[in-house]
Amino acid sequence: MARENEDAGMAKDAPKTKKQRKNKTKETKTRTVHANTLYDFAKGEENPNRHYANNRIKTTKYTVLSFLPKNLFEQFHRLANVYFVFIALLNFVPVVNTFLPELALAPVLFILSVTAIKDIWEDYRRHRSDKEINHMDCLVYCRAEKGYVEKYWKEVRVGDFIRLRCNEILPADVLLMSSSDPDRLCHIETATLDGETNLKQRQVVRSFFDLDCDFDPLKYNSVIECEKPNNDLNRFRGYIIHQSGRRDALYKENLLLRGCTIRNTEEAVGIVIYAGHETKAMLNNNGPRYKRSKLERQMNVDVFWCVIILLVMCLFAALGHGLWMFQYGDKRPVFDVLSPEGTNLSPIMSAIYLFLTMIIVFQVLIPISLFVSIEIVKICQVYFIHQDTDLYDEETDSHLQCRALNITEDLGQMQYIFSDKTGTLTENKMVFRRCTVAGVEYSHDANAKRIAMYQEMDSEEEECMSHGGTLPRRDSVGSHQSARVVLRSHSTKSHRRTGSRAEAKRASILSKHTAFSSPMEKDITPDPQLLDKVNDCSSQLDFMRLHSQPVSQLPSDLSDIFDFFIALTVCNTVVVSSPNQPRQKVRMRFELKSPVKTIEDFIKRFTPSRLTSGSNNSSSSSLNRSSNKGGSSMLSSPSAESTLTKLNEEQSSGGLEHAFSPAPPSYDEKAFCTPEEGELRYEAESPDEAALVYAARAYKCSLVGRLPDQVTVELPHLGKLNFELLHTLGFDSTRKRMSVVVRHPLTDQITVYTKGADSVIMELIRPPNTGNSKGRRQKKILCRTQNYLNLYAADGLRTLCIAKKVLSKEEYARWLQHHLEAETAIQRREELLFESALRLETNLHLLGATGIEDRLQDGVPETIASLRKAGLQIWVLTGDKQETAVNIAYACKLLDPEEELLTLNADSKEACKLLLEESLHYIQAKFLCSSGDASAKDLHANVSSFEIYPPAPPSSHGASFSVHQLGLVIDGRTLAYALDTSLEDKFLAVARSCRSVLCCRSTPLQKSMVVKLVRNKLKVMTLAIGDGANDVSMIQVADVGVGISGQEGMQAVMASDFALPRFRYLQKLLLVHGHWCYSRLANMILYFFYKNAMFVALIFWYQFYCGFSGSAMIDQWYLIFFNLMFSSFPQLISGTLDRDVSAETLQQLPQLYTSGQNSEEYKPYMFWMNMIDAFYQSLVCFFIPYFTYTDSDVDLFTWGTPITAIALLTILLHLSIETKTWTWMNCLSITFSIALFFTVALCYNASCPTCYPPSNPYWTIQRLLQDPVFYLLCTITPVAALLPRYFYRACHSTLFPNPVQVGRQLDKLPADTRRNILSLSRVKMGSWLSPRPPSLPVGKPQNCVQKDQRSKLAHGDAESVQQGAARPPGPKSCTKNDPLLSEELQPASTKDPSDPSPCSWMTSTPVVAQMDRVQLNLPPSITSPCVAYVRSSEAPLSREQTPPCSHGSEQGAEPALYTVL
Amino acid sequence: MKEEGNLENRPSNTAFTQQRLPAWQPMLSAGVVIPGFLVIGLAFIGIGVGLLITSRSIQVLELDYTGTETNSPCNKCTTLPIQNNCVCKLNFTIDTLFKGPVFFYYSLTNYFQSQRKYGASLDYNQLSGDLTYFKSPASDCDPYRYANGKPIVPCGSLANSMFNDTFKLYQIVNGKENLVPFDGKGIAWWTDYNIKYRNPDYSPLENAFNDTEKPVFWSKPAYKLDTSDSSNNGFVNQDFLVWMRRAALPNFRKLYRRITEGDYKDGLPVGNYSLEISYNYPVKSFDGTKKATFSNVSWMGGQNEFLGIAYLAIGSMCVVMSVVMLIVYAKFRFPEDD
Repeated sequence: MARENEDAGMAKDAPKTKKQRKNKTKETKTRTVHANTLYDFAKGEENPNRHYANNRIKTTKYTVLSFLPKNLFEQFHRLANVYFVFIALLNFVPVVNTFLPELALAPVLFILSVTAIKDIWEDYRRHRSDKEINHMDCLVYCRAEKGYVEKYWKEVRVGDFIRLRCNEILPADVLLMSSSDPDRLCHIETATLDGETNLKQRQVVRSFFDLDCDFDPLKYNSVIECEKPNNDLNRFRGYIIHQSGRRDALYKENLLLRGCTIRNTEEAVGIVIYAGHETKAMLNNNGPRYKRSKLERQMNVDVFWCVIILLVMCLFAALGHGLWMFQYGDKRPVFDVLSPEGTNLSPIMSAIYLFLTMIIVFQVLIPISLFVSIEIVKICQVYFIHQDTDLYDEETDSHLQCRALNITEDLGQMQYIFSDKTGTLTENKMVFRRCTVAGVEYSHDANAKRIAMYQEMDSEEEECMSHGGTLPRRDSVGSHQSARVVLRSHSTKSHRRTGSRAEAKRASILSKHTAFSSPMEKDITPDPQLLDKVNDCSSQLDFMRLHSQPVSQLPSDLSDIFDFFIALTVCNTVVVSSPNQPRQKVRMRFELKSPVKTIEDFIKRFTPSRLTSGSNNSSSSSLNRSSNKGGSSMLSSPSAESTLTKLNEEQSSGGLEHAFSPAPPSYDEKAFCTPEEGELRYEAESPDEAALVYAARAYKCSLVGRLPDQVTVELPHLGKLNFELLHTLGFDSTRKRMSVVVRHPLTDQITVYTKGADSVIMELIRPPNTGNSKGRRQKKILCRTQNYLNLYAADGLRTLCIAKKVLSKEEYARWLQHHLEAETAIQRREELLFESALRLETNLHLLGATGIEDRLQDGVPETIASLRKAGLQIWVLTGDKQETAVNIAYACKLLDPEEELLTLNADSKEACKLLLEESLHYIQAKFLCSSGDASAKDLHANVSSFEIYPPAPPSSHGASFSVHQLGLVIDGRTLAYALDTSLEDKFLAVARSCRSVLCCRSTPLQKSMVVKLVRNKLKVMTLAIGDGANDVSMIQVADVGVGISGQEGMQAVMASDFALPRFRYLQKLLLVHGHWCYSRLANMILYFFYKNAMFVALIFWYQFYCGFSGSAMIDQWYLIFFNLMFSSFPQLISGTLDRDVSAETLQQLPQLYTSGQNSEEYKPYMFWMNMIDAFYQSLVCFFIPYFTYTDSDVDLFTWGTPITAIALLTILLHLSIETKTWTWMNCLSITFSIALFFTVALCYNASCPTCYPPSNPYWTIQRLLQDPVFYLLCTITPVAALLPRYFYRACHSTLFPNPVQVGRQLDKLPADTRRNILSLSRVKMGSWLSPRPPSLPVGKPQNCVQKDQRSKLAHGDAESVQQGAARPPGPKSCTKNDPLLSEELQPASTKDPSDPSPCSWMTSTPVVAQMDRVQLNLPPSITSPCVAYVRSSEAPLSREQTPPCSHGSEQGAEPALYTVL
Repeated sequence: MKEEGNLENRPSNTAFTQQRLPAWQPMLSAGVVIPGFLVIGLAFIGIGVGLLITSRSIQVLELDYTGTETNSPCNKCTTLPIQNNCVCKLNFTIDTLFKGPVFFYYSLTNYFQSQRKYGASLDYNQLSGDLTYFKSPASDCDPYRYANGKPIVPCGSLANSMFNDTFKLYQIVNGKENLVPFDGKGIAWWTDYNIKYRNPDYSPLENAFNDTEKPVFWSKPAYKLDTSDSSNNGFVNQDFLVWMRRAALPNFRKLYRRITEGDYKDGLPVGNYSLEISYNYPVKSFDGTKKATFSNVSWMGGQNEFLGIAYLAIGSMCVVMSVVMLIVYAKFRFPEDD
């Protein structure tokens, strides 16, 4: 009861609060939060938090009172509704009215109420789910009770202290004040917000860091100032002001967000900062996306034409009426009706009145029910797409989700597909494949076999994994609850709803198991050779340790192996958890004591774990050890200087010792008797990390614990080793690497382990000193490793290089000093940190490299092949590096070994321009050449015309741009230049003539720019598909965005219009559902226009026989309900169910898709053809009854009713002709329509002899049904009306069938025959199914392009460097290398700018700066020459043949391997 | 096997949801279309012939009595000054037996009963005998709603403009005029006479019309339309009912009487006839014509050859189309069939 009262009170307050809040926004830019405990006794008035929104959420749009006005207001935003209401109201004006005014309102009211009922239902569902969420429980501190009491979520207010337990969902945005975790951490799972399943660490506000006992809200008296509520999930700034006046900064690491789930933490206490609608989760609720499909845009044009036709008809009638009146002059005929006042209306006035009347009479021409029907049909289409079992993924129990309900038909009109690679084409399951350590390759053959095996029994394994979870029930309950929150928070608006429920379920499934831990990823079979070495190594180390020998005595290859695995294990941010206690962090704390070594003292003062407070990376969090709790004051200030002093103090107190000490064996057993080896779970932020950790574990080098300042690794023989984590430099995309600084427990050295992209790491490797044998060996290792890296890349593996560096204490101290300065800098902080990282990550020692396979998803090559056959251009935009991308592209058949590859890599805009022009020349020359001798002049003219190419008709690929057998590869940097406004036209000209385009190393922004460019410039329909957050912008820009609901979270899905579980489902979605939706809707819209025009025209013809007076022979009831009732069902049924071609044929003959791309079902002329047909049919339907009854005693409705019936029959038979597939539903609906008409007519004509003025067709139909002439009319008229159309259709499909009709004919054949035909006559079919003329034969450009001949010279050299990389037989790779290196089979060399080697001027970017390198590899089909255009900045353009030596390796920024065909 | 419960999102695999309902795909292939056209064509030709024969058997005799031509006997009634109760006589001869039952119509041309406002200008409630509407007729009746301050009954344009020529037919036998008896019963719709239109329930009908005015153009009030037969008086007067049923087209005929009695039961025999017209209704203002029409009817109504011709035409078109398609099909034989 008390609760209810409170509710009421709060509800009363609500409007006031709102007003005040508004005022407040003007005043301040920050929010101040006080604790409510201070104000419990004061009535609400004095509570400074009273202005903030409470935690009750209300996502409903309406209340009982506001529903009607608000809903109507919203509905009247649709212009059509306003129009129809206007017409209905017009009918109340006596001078112009035609119908019974109430009756004229009926259709509008019907349409409005249907929409309103839909809205009510949706709002009710929202209300129910709101209520459910508002009434969830949580523990809130109550001052009166001096403890935490259970309250509903809706009662939580800003300033309340709430206590959270493990697996609870956060009711509001809470600032973390205390945590049961000894590290003062709290782990949350944010899957419901961003879909990421890994745990995020949040830390207690610094000021409350050091509390020994439980946090006591009563003692709290600080004030929090923070930013206003905003929707940025990754930002939170503010500070807490203590009573002492001290201020502590607050970061996003302190904030727990609503909707997240507490994990791994027994208990946490926090103060509510944002509640209810002001929480970040709620602010992130964007409304649904309203997109207008291409078809609808086209339709709207035709609606506009309908308006014009309507106006013309009305004008004509008005004019006619004026003339008709005029001809009588002053002679008043007896049938003329004067105005009510008895005065004579002038012809002009009557004409004006009549114009309005005619608008009412002809209103049906603007199809009122069209908009409603389209919506209904689309909902049904979405339902069917949802229901398709072929689009259902059993592994994840998820099916396709249509998040945008109104663009289903766009799926049938796609022309360009832009795809992400990782996670979209590939599974984003990173599987460790092979590695190379110290120049020795370990091929992991057994592992490869294992993976191959998984490929076969993939799905079964997956099921076991996802269903055989050992998680306790409460966990899954918790995740279901969180799922509900997702549902809540992501679906405030109706159109999103359908999608989000499924999403939520999916999220809950995902959260049941750890990410990136499928058995395929986990169970790595070690290479026996390497395993032996590791064992050998660790036993030696063990031996040395026991005998106190220096570790440096270890042979260098063994130490490299050892370091390699240590790096794999340590250099990451993986969190370890144990499956027995779900998401409970494995806690291992070794109270280590070791003798103080003098040399360490200096270092110890800078123990960085305390000094990294401002670091971006959460894992480098500046948490102190629990053992150091005593020195509490050190945490008080984030300023570096004071920390340093504190550290000094600390040091003087002598409390800190941590040093190497292996865990005592006895301790080991005790601590780890329960969690057996292999049962630890690794929570990784990226799948690569997890893969590497699992790989290391396979070699018995397993990560068993990670704390903010310490990593524990378990090794054979050596047991547990604790690596003191000094510093973590997190991964970022500019550096493309991450590093950890640890103190090595065995050597006690400060060691930097770096892991990163090979192109980056190889540059940072310390150049070997070739003077001594060790250096030579180093160099050899370098070369070999580079070699293997190339091989890996050629295999489509993701490569990572592992390197290490040992720092002396002094070096470290120096670096640390700088780094601390950088961290504390106020300006240019990011820059300084970046520079600081650069300083650390140099002169590395290469340990090895790994090859991780990102497996292609099932059916990707087939899908791409068939989508391409469907005439879709597929571009892959990926952030991956060029080689990997190219190789994946080959693997998924995006690139064809047969086709040539244009690779564009440029370092400057000029170079890019040149390159693009060259490519254009080349394409022109090559493909013009093959069709005859084209003069150079023409060629140039053509090239220049590229810049202003004519806007190609959206449907067809311009004639001059036939797509050639070319592949284009462009990297991110070149892409940046190419997307410049001055070059984009050229880029497009090149790109659109290539069959496939591959953009590597592209940023999310570039991805969206490419999509935008293609969409806007080429006027084509684009589809973007991706799975990660980096694809979101691209997905949003494209006409249709498709998200893959993979492992990378839900962001892409949230932004998408359609969410697919797998890439291969795209095939059926586009080819089958897209085609169906498009053809159904296109046909339905055309039919609608026809139907209305035909019906209205009947009345129009009658105007000639009623003095253009607006009279209608069709009774008003029929007129109004004709569209709404009599003729609506069949078209809805066929608009929903009609299939022109079966799903099988559509998938087997992707060519059929082009009918949608070219808008063949609904072209502008078709509208007019339909209009003409409609007018013809109406003429027939009007004049056959006219002549039949002329000069007879027929009365108005006895003549008009047959016309109505005839029109209905004609319209339905017309639909029957257009219906391609008949099911019982079609038959039923048509029968129903006819029956409905006659039933209604019989009832209506028998109901009331005196009602329904002005018309009263009493007993008309009853008499008609006894009249044989009625039946004769009903037989002949539809036949005569439909004869031309039927004849046309028959001729067309028999004599000149279009591809779709051929497909239909194939459908009729028995399945076996069809399959035979498809397989045998593919070529033949293709020729007449092909939407465009077959592309020009790719001839060999023997004499037409001079540069080919030139290039042969250049090529000779390059060919000798062929590495025989694994490559499809057709293409040959051409590697340009330093000749010196190539002799030694060393494909790569890395030079430090400070230590230039003979060739370094070409390798590193800074040196090459004044020299634009243009690499254009033009691969003729047999000889494989590589042409390099070197252009120095002085010489504008010297296309001379490059000397062999100038083929410098392009290690600088670009990969070394240029793949050429 | 997996448990069903684990796959709660799995779509149901029914023919409907998977869009695999058993379906029939009509193919417009030549093999179906050509015979189809032929059959339809032949059937239509058959019907057409039948209709044409029926229509031909119907006799129609039309007499224009507008009187615009000076030699017309009714010319005197159209020239000024217009006399009331102008009577003119039209003589005509029937050469062959005019088979009975003969229907006698009057026809008007260029007369727009279908005009919207004209057609709406009436009050059904009043016409169904509701006395409250006698006192205040519906506003639709304007401007024929009140006259001299009294409500008009029956109100409205439609009633006001009622056709008021009357006809008498005589057979001239040996110079003597024999009146051909007209049957005026049942010429209106049964439902109109019995249900839709009702007289108010007053014993002398006249009293119901107290304080009302007769329509402006009428010479006598409604209750005096047929004083001889109370069942044909007031609103249920057959002529009134026929008039009130609006014609669809500007050229129309309306049934006036039938010849079903006495000697003329089997039709009008050969002979000379004289039609006596009391000419009242003005048609000059709208350039209309007035005709008197004798016709007999078949099962398909009056004479109309159009329907028969239409059937023949469409039928033959179908046949022609099938032939054309056969030829074209034979020439460009579709390659897919083998």
